[in-house]
Amino acid sequence: METLIDILSWILIAAGSFFAVVGAAGILRFPDFWSRLHALSITDSGGVILLLLGMALQAGWGLVAVKLLIILAFLFITGPTSTHAVANAALVSGMKPKDSAGAPGDVTDPESPEPATDKAGAP
Amino acid sequence: MFVLASIALIIAMILVLIRLFAGPSLYDRVLAVNGFGTLTVLFIAVLGFLNGRPDFLDIALLYALINFVGTIAVLKFFRYRAMGDSGRDVTEMDG
Repeated sequence: METLIDILSWILIAAGSFFAVVGAAGILRFPDFWSRLHALSITDSGGVILLLLGMALQAGWGLVAVKLLIILAFLFITGPTSTHAVANAALVSGMKPKDSAGAPGDVTDPESPEPATDKAGAP
Repeated sequence: MFVLASIALIIAMILVLIRLFAGPSLYDRVLAVNGFGTLTVLFIAVLGFLNGRPDFLDIALLYALINFVGTIAVLKFFRYRAMGDSGRDVTEMDG
């Protein structure tokens, strides 16, 4: 039983770190801001949940597992919230996804430098 | 296995840092900082397990809290060009 838990936790930890690296690679390689949001949420969801569950299994019953689950619960709530906040701020400041029918004045984000500040008026 | 996880997390951090510096627009950088913070939380937790120090998890939890607040603060600043926008009438009263 003990080795089974160990093996399961190793699998979870390996999968979690795999998702963390994949998400980070996605943040680096995706073409524009909006697809990078998706890549960030890969690390936020896959990486965090699998890694923390793997460590909770490794720690077994006790305070450590409770702390890990508290961290997991908190990141579970704030991950999507902060991603939404960033996306909302970008959208409000005029960065539109490439093929969306935004207002004529909006700047789509084909790697255009700093479209946000001039759209918001103040430099 | 924890060493493997910490190496993977370091690689992920480096990739996110590259995006942080290369990010064309401001919001790419905020995104990268947010991703880096989450990876740091995981890295602190893994280090806690590596060194057999259960109290690292409190640090990781605290870092998760601060990372979230920091991201929202940066967004609020660039959205309203001032942190104390909610207390505007207060600042005007002070003259």
